[in-house]
Amino acid sequence: MEILEILLTVNFWAAAIRIATPLIFGVLGALLCERAGVLNLGIEGIFTAGAMAGWMAVWMGCGLWTGVLVAALAGAIFGLLHAILTVVLGLSQHVSGIGITLLATSMGYFTYRTALPNVSTPPRIVPFQPLDIPVLSDIPFIGPVLFQQTALTLLAFVLVGVVAWLLYRTPLGLALRAVGDNPSSVEAQGLSVRGLRIGAVIAGSSLMALGGAFLTMSAFDAFFFGMVNGRGWICIALVVFASWQPGKALLGALLFGAFDAFQIRLQTEVGAFVPGQVFLMMPYLLSILALVLVARKADYPRSLLVPWFKGQR
Amino acid sequence: MRISLQPRNDVSLNARIIISVIAALAAFALVAVPVSFAGVSPLTAYWLMFKGSFGSMFAFSETLTRATPLVLTGLAAAIAFRAKLWNIGAEGQLYAGALAAVGVGSGLLSLPGPLLIPAIILAGIIAGGLLMIVPALLKLRFGADEVVVTLLLNFIVILFVQMLIEGPIKDPLALGWPQSVPLADAAAFPKLFARMRVHGGLIIGLVAALILWITVSKTVLGFEIRAVGENKPAARFAGVPVNATVLKVALISGGLAGLAGVSEVAGVKGYLSADLSPGFGYSGIVVAMLAGLHPLGVVLAALFVAAVFVGADSMSRATGVSNYLADLVVALSLLCVLVGGFFLRYRLKFERGISPLQAGE
Repeated sequence: MEILEILLTVNFWAAAIRIATPLIFGVLGALLCERAGVLNLGIEGIFTAGAMAGWMAVWMGCGLWTGVLVAALAGAIFGLLHAILTVVLGLSQHVSGIGITLLATSMGYFTYRTALPNVSTPPRIVPFQPLDIPVLSDIPFIGPVLFQQTALTLLAFVLVGVVAWLLYRTPLGLALRAVGDNPSSVEAQGLSVRGLRIGAVIAGSSLMALGGAFLTMSAFDAFFFGMVNGRGWICIALVVFASWQPGKALLGALLFGAFDAFQIRLQTEVGAFVPGQVFLMMPYLLSILALVLVARKADYPRSLLVPWFKGQR
Repeated sequence: MRISLQPRNDVSLNARIIISVIAALAAFALVAVPVSFAGVSPLTAYWLMFKGSFGSMFAFSETLTRATPLVLTGLAAAIAFRAKLWNIGAEGQLYAGALAAVGVGSGLLSLPGPLLIPAIILAGIIAGGLLMIVPALLKLRFGADEVVVTLLLNFIVILFVQMLIEGPIKDPLALGWPQSVPLADAAAFPKLFARMRVHGGLIIGLVAALILWITVSKTVLGFEIRAVGENKPAARFAGVPVNATVLKVALISGGLAGLAGVSEVAGVKGYLSADLSPGFGYSGIVVAMLAGLHPLGVVLAALFVAAVFVGADSMSRATGVSNYLADLVVALSLLCVLVGGFFLRYRLKFERGISPLQAGE
């Protein structure tokens, strides 16, 4: 009974949303790239680069929002590189993505080590603080769960709406969705297939980097090696689970956050009998399960992984 | 002047080798920028890296030791990528193989030495192969993307290993360090030279490369793997058993990565710990790509990547520049060789004439 009571506490739901936040950024980013027809396995590295760049900017004296911009810019640069390799040159999206992950991760680590050669404990910054919005934050239950989060969490929620609006309510969104399904139709309308794809990959990669920035600038206050810990890969699984739709992506990330928050609390209840690693495995097992459940009926963007060259059918 | 792209049909072996060499050189050229930022002259750093990896018998032995698992994980990636089975899980399969080796070789089976070594090798190959069968089956049966599944399995396997080495197979004599019970002495791979770390695993890697080369170039299975990798529907139409081929590739690929784990435990460490592999599985992907997925090329590429890592460690001790430099060189080599692949597939043709852009001038 005690275990189920966890589900009714404010702390639990606040934690679920906190855990979901980086995933929301990551899934939205991966979704934008894939909707345009480009798989971006650079996500894991872009998370790391965003986490490092945002944190480092603040540590060097920039404001928090400047740090967020720096992180997004770092993501955009790696996105541009991935776009050049996969969209312009039409190279393997799998291999390029793995290469971007290796490059972005090692660049993040190298820069950190070069800037801070001899630190044993990672230096800290003053991270984003929980908001205190008049009226909203005072609503019982919903107030502390939703509105006493940090500004980055609210940004993630707002971005879900923005991406959904962009994809389904604007001509640009229509073109973006078409470019991942049937690029020749976009070309026939006189739009640039490559331009749209490059733009989507850059924008998506910036969003991924914000997921990383949330880790060092809101969830924690320092940068650690290996802190991304597979979150990027989990996002790639969640995109399939979400059928490439922003609303479902939010739902998937929140479900995932809730499961993770639950297992952390379960750990304190039964941790004496079950090794901690069993709980730590849960997120990865859950992602594989989610992928397997939906994979058969998954409606992949039809031109995902297919490079497009002008004048080619 | 007008530039156009023309597809090439003939790609010679020489062209492939040249592309990989240029890619590696380009990676070093690019890394010169961050090295300069770190306050060291790139030429000094590279010279120290060279000396640290090839400068003495000891250094060369270290490079060969480091290359041994990379040959095996490189082969694992090369064979899988040939069939377009994206096995990014060599890291997890390596740990599975190492775990099986410790399970069989630490006193569970009391076999005499000459039998114990084949037993742990077989156990490691089976463990790695079975681990890769899981994503292959999920792909064939449910259509689940093997990239994501293999990547996520890496995390699960390493946590599983941590659980075991802190619990059932923990070495009580290790002063609280989380590491497994040691492998029996009879299961240890022999050293190749006195007072050097390079061990019999290297021979296993070279033999594996040779066998794999013969397999892919001279056997029916090799033909089937190529057919599946190039065009699945066409292969199916031609009567190639596509699913069976994918499963065979999964077993071979996972088995090779598992063998890398056995080699590290039996040749270097003597026990299993959670830091057995500093990313050998992921570096294996780079090795395979640098090798153009050619099994014999894998040996050379593994030597190169190993030299970069060993050299960077040595350079780092001397100059204080972070040894993450090695990861940068390796990652950039991968991206550069990928771009090189573009020039292998297309020939840039420069034509005399007026381009549409210049027409208005």
